[in-house]
Amino acid sequence: MKRLTKAGLISIPIVVLFLSTLWLAPMWRIDMRAPQYPDGLSMQIWINDVKGDVPIINGLNHYIGMKTIHRDDFREFVFMPIAIVLFMAGGVLVFLLKSKRAYYIWTAAFLVIALCSFTDFYLWEYNYGHNLDPNAPIKVPGMSYQPPLLGYKKLLNFEVLSQPDLAGWFYCAAGVVLTVITFYEWKKK
Amino acid sequence: MKRLSLMLGLVAATAAMQSCKMKTAATAVQGDAASKTYVAPGKYDEYYNFVSGGFNGQVSVYGLPSGRLLKVIPVFSVFPENGYGYSEETKAMLNTTNGSIPWDDQHHLDLSQTNGEQDGRWLFANANNTPRIARIDLTTFKTMEILQIPNSAGNHSSPFITENTEYVVAGTRFSVPLGSEDVPISSFKENFHSTASFISVDKNSGKMDIAFQIVLPGMNLDLSHAGKGPSHDWFFFSSYNTEQAYTLLEVNASQKDKDYIVAVNWKKAEEYAKAGKGKKVSAPYAHNTYDEHTQTATSVIENEVLLLDPKDCPDMVYMIPCPKSPHGCDIDPSGEYIVGSGKLAALIPVFSFSKITKAIGDKQFEGDFKGIPILKYESALYGEVQKPGLGPLHTEFDGRGNAYTSMFLSSEVVKWSLKDLKVLDRAPTYYSVGHLMIPGGDTKKPAGKYLVAYNKITKDRFLPTGPELAQSAQLYDISGDKMQLVLDYPTFGEPHYAQACAASLIKDKQVKFFDINKNKHSYVAMGEKNAKVVRQGNRVDVYMTAIRSHLTPDNIEGVYVGDEVYFHVTNLEQDWDIPHGFAIKNNPNAELLIMPGETVTLKFVPEKQGIYPFYCTDFCSALHQEMSGYLRVSPKGANVPLKFGTGETAETVAAK
Repeated sequence: MKRLTKAGLISIPIVVLFLSTLWLAPMWRIDMRAPQYPDGLSMQIWINDVKGDVPIINGLNHYIGMKTIHRDDFREFVFMPIAIVLFMAGGVLVFLLKSKRAYYIWTAAFLVIALCSFTDFYLWEYNYGHNLDPNAPIKVPGMSYQPPLLGYKKLLNFEVLSQPDLAGWFYCAAGVVLTVITFYEWKKK
Repeated sequence: MKRLSLMLGLVAATAAMQSCKMKTAATAVQGDAASKTYVAPGKYDEYYNFVSGGFNGQVSVYGLPSGRLLKVIPVFSVFPENGYGYSEETKAMLNTTNGSIPWDDQHHLDLSQTNGEQDGRWLFANANNTPRIARIDLTTFKTMEILQIPNSAGNHSSPFITENTEYVVAGTRFSVPLGSEDVPISSFKENFHSTASFISVDKNSGKMDIAFQIVLPGMNLDLSHAGKGPSHDWFFFSSYNTEQAYTLLEVNASQKDKDYIVAVNWKKAEEYAKAGKGKKVSAPYAHNTYDEHTQTATSVIENEVLLLDPKDCPDMVYMIPCPKSPHGCDIDPSGEYIVGSGKLAALIPVFSFSKITKAIGDKQFEGDFKGIPILKYESALYGEVQKPGLGPLHTEFDGRGNAYTSMFLSSEVVKWSLKDLKVLDRAPTYYSVGHLMIPGGDTKKPAGKYLVAYNKITKDRFLPTGPELAQSAQLYDISGDKMQLVLDYPTFGEPHYAQACAASLIKDKQVKFFDINKNKHSYVAMGEKNAKVVRQGNRVDVYMTAIRSHLTPDNIEGVYVGDEVYFHVTNLEQDWDIPHGFAIKNNPNAELLIMPGETVTLKFVPEKQGIYPFYCTDFCSALHQEMSGYLRVSPKGANVPLKFGTGETAETVAAK
């Protein structure tokens, strides 16, 4: 069994530390601005909650018949923390085994979680943006209201900007660390 | 040739005559005035200016230097625009011992102070006709408390405050008999009195209480101001009609060469009150308070006041002779100079506080007025401003050693130096100026950048609107040596005194909406699920909710002619600037404006059967026009069951 290098070993607590920020800060934010909201509206997505101006956004969404957003409707807020905690526990295991292969599997697991969560986020946005109440007061032909996965989009009178928040950046950084170290370990055969 | 030159000379002379026109108002404005008052779109004014509403009974709020009207705060008059005085919650605010009084004459304002500086907590307002004092909260711009003043009439020298807002005062302009004795008017000298009421203000809550009333001889107390710094313990009231006339005052109250400035040592008075030197007498008065948690006002009738008689309380009151029926009574920022403005005097006397103290110590008296010692004029006088103009009324200060006095008759503002009492500058006003206002101009720290003149006559200042005109206010830039007129703007009611403070003092503590979770109103509907209609005898309580863009319930049946229907409307919104309104057809009442998180109640007693639409009156959303409903009123005794809901139709009910 090939042993992890020192760099590989050190990277494990760093990744775990980065991921633990998910409980301290939001991972994603969607900012909205319209003429009558000069200060803007903001929604922060945490690993287990959705916060910010959600009640105000829900109030606005009733015009276009979008479903209201409630924390309890998201199973993700249960699964995501479990997945990340298990992943971090896996890190402890890799650290104890000090095995390169375990590290590769660990990185692969991260990528799978990341892919799944992004796909889920996209589907979530798609559902909210497309499954509109047919009795909605405002119906614009051909219009759907799916927020951007990442970046800027104009939806009727609102400008929408979607991007990682603090913990989200740490999450990305964890991914970068894992990928770089995996390459490094691979090269250092 | 000679003839030609003669003709030319004639033409030249005529032309010269033509250019000899009277000076007009247009020449009073200089080129850069516009840039000094221009507040660009999206920018804020530098000052909040609170302006008394005079005979409209309200307080207006303007921005300075733009002169833009920002808000009207309903205080002593009903305000159908938002339901003040009409809603069940606010009716009690206008209660008095003579029942509900829906109007008053609002003259003066004072912003609360700490250490002689504005603290931006409360604004006090007086009612002149039915003596009352109101306290307005500066985080919500709502009237929170109204206190009736017994044993008084014409509450004019009010609501001036002491340096730390320990007391707010109320002085009687029209002397009246104390109590409700039936006496002939001609017994004025024996039976009529003026009183100076001292109302304590709770440091934390602002709650007002009448601490004591000082009983003074029958005369007219006009204006007042508290001492500051060295004169902290004193309050000064101007007086007129010390002739004690009770008819044709115009002539009979202008006989004496001098009336008085009444100097009251309120610290002493406080001690006497504590020491039991006063007399508790029966005097009913209303005390109305608005509870921010239940969002409801209650009126309590209190029954007693403590009277202090100067005869029993030596060293508490002194009279300072002041020429010709003084009006304004203004104290400079240092607290040393007291400026009395005799309306009919050709000079402005300035008294010195240190000289007054010395004169009292040396007993420099020239007699007494009904037992109250009168100081010798010269012993209290610091000096006189000679030939200031005609009809001096009010004085404000810029904090740089200058005073500004309004001249009613000569229609001008006169700037003079406190140091040598020399006139420095004069600027015309359009027309007949009453009060003046410099932001903080009656405090220890005036902001001497702007001065506003509140004029009594408007005439040609604005586009004419028939016989009844708006009032005119004028803004002057006083930052330089010369006063510069920079803006004219109309005001409403008849502004008397005003106050202004830096916007930064209160701007950031504005309440944006009320937290619905803290709503303790007894008829709140916490969410649409709790909206309901409850009948008890002929009383029907509608617990209604409003949120964009529907009312719940919006269909109500089972109400009969003669029922007392109470619409308790809760605005469920939790965002800034999303009020909802509520009005129902044929209701002989007003509408409601309900702020987010608030519950307000409108009473309706239908007199005829029929379908009564109700709707949201505040354009709240793109679907505002849809925000409406129907009340069915059936004849008395009809067999129509109580029914209510939102979103139910005959089809959906049948499908069930």
